[in-house]
Amino acid sequence: MTTDAANKPSGLTALANPTRFLALVRIVLPYLVVSTVLLLSIGLWMGFSVPDDYQQGRTVRIMFVHVPSVWMAMGAYMVMVSGALGVLVWRHPLADVAARSAAPIGAAFTFLGLATGSIWGRPMWGTWWVWDARLTSFLVLLIIYLGLIALWNAVEEPAKSARMAAVVVLVGALNIPIIRFSVEWFTTLHQGPSVMRAGGPSLAPHFLYPLLVMGLAFLLLFFTLHLMAMRNEILRRQIRTAQRKAARGHRNPVARETSK
Amino acid sequence: MTALLARDLRLALRSGGGAATALLFYLAVVVAMPFAVGPNAELLATIGGATLWIGALLAGLLGLERLFQTDHEDGSLDQMMLSPVPLPAQVFVKSLAHWLVTGLPLTVMVPVFGLFLGMQETAIAASIATLLVGTPAISFIGAVGAAVTVSLPRGGLLLSVLVLPLCIPVLIFGVGAIRAAVTEPDPFLPPFLLVTAISLFFSVLGPFASAYALRQGLD
Repeated sequence: MTTDAANKPSGLTALANPTRFLALVRIVLPYLVVSTVLLLSIGLWMGFSVPDDYQQGRTVRIMFVHVPSVWMAMGAYMVMVSGALGVLVWRHPLADVAARSAAPIGAAFTFLGLATGSIWGRPMWGTWWVWDARLTSFLVLLIIYLGLIALWNAVEEPAKSARMAAVVVLVGALNIPIIRFSVEWFTTLHQGPSVMRAGGPSLAPHFLYPLLVMGLAFLLLFFTLHLMAMRNEILRRQIRTAQRKAARGHRNPVARETSK
Repeated sequence: MTALLARDLRLALRSGGGAATALLFYLAVVVAMPFAVGPNAELLATIGGATLWIGALLAGLLGLERLFQTDHEDGSLDQMMLSPVPLPAQVFVKSLAHWLVTGLPLTVMVPVFGLFLGMQETAIAASIATLLVGTPAISFIGAVGAAVTVSLPRGGLLLSVLVLPLCIPVLIFGVGAIRAAVTEPDPFLPPFLLVTAISLFFSVLGPFASAYALRQGLD
């Protein structure tokens, strides 16, 4: 590493400084919030104004919330995986913050995907829940999310909990394809992929465009929430450090020597 | 390495070591099942393989908490880290010892429990085969969870929550293989080989991940 690079950090390294990151968040966040609200309203309007499906009737509109939620549920795990790699490989100070704050959001999207799917499944399949491959793997994903959140909360020290959780995130990431594949063994009721597949989407265009707009809106929503959660986490850590400093200041000097 | 294996086995087999408790727990789960679903012999035989697997999974999780806990408390874990033998190898040996005192005895007891549940001979044979190759995966995946939660004051429950979802593929293929062995057209071999593959995969990944977590958790 040259001294020039050390003096002038660029890209991700520059963001290692929490103050610089918070300043960036302050600039970016208003734009993100506005565009999220805008795109969400356009997407919802487009979604509500589509004609009824000839087979599914009105319930087809659930898709515009269901599918983007599921995309984001998987996307959030990808963010956690990159965060975990950031913790283990580059020791980036913000990587754990990113991974940690993505977990509750991912869990929420997973739950939303399961709940909307259940509401959609009731009129379409005649049942709230089936032990179908996709549903089951998402339920397992939800449990993994909740377990990880519990792990993050169980370890007091952030630096330690970061590396512990990172190990579990990565082992989980390696396991997810296996879980996915294993639950495929059940005969599946869920329809196959219809947007991201070889040979182009099989969805009619008047359903596809609202879906893509909603997907983009949910992506922005995720980034907005994620940045806000990261900001909160940084502030929470700063407050904790300040509190510890204050608490240490009140003790006598001898205690300060003996305590770590 | 052999010394570590012998030591862990001795500790587990000594009274209060957990090996006997795991077996008793397994028996309790299998006995509780007929009370839960009713004494219908036909139904019991159908879910017999599932009962055996659930019991094995829970009994395996039961002992996992102690895998590194006692070594952590008496300081031998620190000694293990300082020793010239690579830590992943030692973790591998410890997981193997855990399997030898939980997974293996459970597998050996399957004929008895299978008769309790009124299972067919082919189903019992299939259960023995799948449990034999599948339970190591529980020990190796569980070792990661045990290593992550070792420094927590009450990590036992968290350990189960973290490990159980990761063990689901083993359960699916294990029970699937047993079911395939009984119902004629389904082939037994593919799910059986997949269970074996998962076990082998985690016997490599598990020790390295656990060793890393142990080093990070105790500094």
